[in-house]
Parts: sequence; structure tokens; C-alpha cells
Amino acid sequence: MSIIQINNLKKSYGTNEVLQGIDLTIAKSEVVVIMGPSGSGKSTLLRCLNFLEEPTEGIIRIGEFQIDAGGKANRQRKKEIRELRKKTGFVFQSFNLFPHKTAIENVMEGPIIIHGTKLEEARILAKALLTKVGLGDRCDYYPAQLSGGQQQRVAIARSLALNPMVMLYDEPTSALDPELVKEVLQVIKDLAREGMTMIIVTHEMSFAKDVADRVIFMDNGVIVEQGTSEEIFLKPKEERTKQFLSIVE
Amino acid sequence: MDVTIIIDSLPSLLQATLMTVLLAAVSIIIALVIGFFAAIVRIVKVRILNGIATAYVSIIRGTPLLVQIFVIYYGLPQIGISLDPISSGVVALSLNAGAYLSESFRASILAVDNGQMEASLSMGMTYSQALRRIILPQSLRIAIPTLSNTFIVLIKDTSLVSVITVTELLQMSSLIIAKTFEPLTIYLLAAAIYWILITFFTTILDKLEIRTSKYLVR
Repeated sequence: MSIIQINNLKKSYGTNEVLQGIDLTIAKSEVVVIMGPSGSGKSTLLRCLNFLEEPTEGIIRIGEFQIDAGGKANRQRKKEIRELRKKTGFVFQSFNLFPHKTAIENVMEGPIIIHGTKLEEARILAKALLTKVGLGDRCDYYPAQLSGGQQQRVAIARSLALNPMVMLYDEPTSALDPELVKEVLQVIKDLAREGMTMIIVTHEMSFAKDVADRVIFMDNGVIVEQGTSEEIFLKPKEERTKQFLSIVE
Repeated sequence: MDVTIIIDSLPSLLQATLMTVLLAAVSIIIALVIGFFAAIVRIVKVRILNGIATAYVSIIRGTPLLVQIFVIYYGLPQIGISLDPISSGVVALSLNAGAYLSESFRASILAVDNGQMEASLSMGMTYSQALRRIILPQSLRIAIPTLSNTFIVLIKDTSLVSVITVTELLQMSSLIIAKTFEPLTIYLLAAAIYWILITFFTTILDKLEIRTSKYLVR
């Protein structure tokens, strides 16, 4: 069974329709890369999946959590959205680490607050996750003392700490200096190898070739075409895809 | 100027300084509570309370403290609410500082990057968990400079309650002058005590600001 299903997802800001009816099904352990020019709606799509943006129309299902768009913001719905968020890790372009907490405290926060994990247990889990992203020796550093690449890896560890079914990445390397991009992409690749289901919005084409099971090209709020990275990068069918690729390459 | 006058009047002045500190301390604590809740109510936009808090801040900031003190001490007895001078002073000072604090709390909460709230919510935190665990600790650091400014103003404003016969530092100075006829000496002495008092608290609050900002140092 698919792990993510999106039906006819729409999002408008006033009269501006940013997503014009997206249908998407993603299988367990699939790695999907979404590309497209800025303003194409790719980030909005990702943010809708986590209800950081409230979709205008459509249905989103992640695992067993299904939420219809445009529902009343009552207690029950808010709870459902929280449950869905607990199961989806979200990695931001700007990291959004908690600056007043050390790396390990950042990672411990979720388990303690969301899962009610005991302090010592959370510390062991967080230490293991930071080691996994190559930062076992940076546990007690504050975000301001870490490089961008290190901060983003802490952010990934923070998301993993909640044991998500799905990881969503919103341009995870766009705010990084070029020499720091690799270390972050490596962590994401390792997760792909472990079978984590992931949706990644990125402009890193060689990375997409490496890691993506499927590449989706979006423009003007619709999915223009999708396929394997080879199909999209080497033999794009749509004119708009060709145009975009010729500019990026 | 006679040094013996200084030595003779110092014990009374220091005793009155205790009253000044007491007024300021009690008022700032109440003001912190009022300011905090008024800020939260306005940010979360709690129905009705939001309007009340907005009106409260507007009225307090739009009228002189001296008028507020008169309304509370001389005005309220007319509708059956009689407070003694010290209580009236504390009520007026707390309400006044509370309004200013609510504005600085509000600004400091809004100054925390929106990404912090998004990151918290995306983990599955509730809005109030995010506020408590992530946003407020960061906004406190941002608020400290304006908070310490409000506290300094509050210490000075305690002198205004001398007009409703609270024997704090300024009122005591006037009483001593009535006996000694040495206004320059005594008022300068009072000024010096205010200055020492405020410098003392400023130093403490500056230290607190540095301590709460340590995580920002690379």
C-alpha cells in the first residue's frame, strides 16, 4: 500500500492558485525529488503535506492519517493534524534549530515533549542520532557554534528523533555554502539506503540522479511530468521541462 | 553645606529608600504578571480579553501616571473603593508598568523568527507547548533590555507617590527639609541615593542579559 496519497490538492492565496489540483501517490521507501522553477508550487506542496500551509481543497493521507482540506479548525482536527505531523519529519531550508538549546537538546526536545520519553533515554537516543549524522562530537555545541552543514544535519537528526514514517525536505541545501552541501546530501542518501520514504524539494540535479526513484517536475502549480531521473533528465517529453533543464544545466 | 546634616538625615533617608525599593519591587512583580498575560492575550487574540488588554494599554500609555495615581487614591473612594496610600501607589505603579511591559513582551515575542514556531509545530507540538518551550525563552532574552528600562523608570516613578503621602525617599527628603531648611543638600542626597540604586539594578540586569545571550556567542 502507498504510504502517501494526495488527491486533487489545491491551494490558493486570494485569487492566486498556487497548487492547481495535485494528485500524487508515493510508495513506502520511495525517494521522490521535486524540481521546478521558483513559484512553481513545489515548496507549497511540501508544506501542505505537513499542514504548515492549510490546503484549500483536496485530501491528504500519510500512513493511516487522512485529513481533508478546508475542515473546521476544531479541537479534533487540530489533534489529527498534530498526529500527522508527529509521523512526518520536516527539514527546512533555514534549519530552524532552536538557538537557545544545544545540538543534543534540540534532538531531545521532540522525544521528551511529544513522546514523553524520559530524559536519560532521550539523551541516549539523541546521542545515537547525532553520531549517525556524523556529529557525535558536537552534542554540547549551540547552533550558533556550528556550520550551516552541521546545523542542517542536527535538524535532520531532530526530525528523525520522532521516528517518522516520512521525511520531507524543503530545499535542504539551498542556504548552504557550496562546500557544505555534500555532507548534508550524504546524510540524506544514507537514509534513502536505509529505506526511509522521502520527498525532497531541491535544485541539486546530480544528487537527484543519484538518489531519486522518481523525479517530479512542477510548474505553475501542476505536475508537468514525472518519471525516473533518467527519463526526466535525459529524455524529457514536455517543452517546459526541457526549457527548465537547459537553464539549470 | 553642613556635613552633620547629611549624617543626621541619612538614617531616615535610607529607611525611606527601603520603602522606595519595596514599592518598586512589589510593583514590578505584579507588572510582570499583568504585562505577560496582556501580551499573550493580544498575540493569541483571545476574544473579548484581547479588546480589554488593548484598551488597557492604550489608556495607561495615553494618560499621565500622576493622574492615574489621583484617580486611584482620591477618585475611587467616591465609588466605595478606598485604598491606603501604599496600596494605591502599588496599584497605580503596577498598572502603569504592566502596560509598558505588555508592549515590550509582545514585541519581543513577535521578534522571534517565525521559523521557530513552524519547526515546533512541524514536530507535532501544540501552540502552547511551542510558546512555552521554544518561543518564550528566546523572547525573554530579547525583552530584557526594555524590561530593565521599564524597571528603571518604575524606580524613578515611585517618587510620584510622595504626593499621596507615602513616605518614600522623596517624601522623606521633603520632611527633613521642612525641619533643616537645607533643600540643596538633602535633595542632592536623595538624587545620589536614586542614582546608586538604579546603577545597582542596571548592573544586575546587564549581567542577566549577557548570561541569557551566551548561546549566541560563536
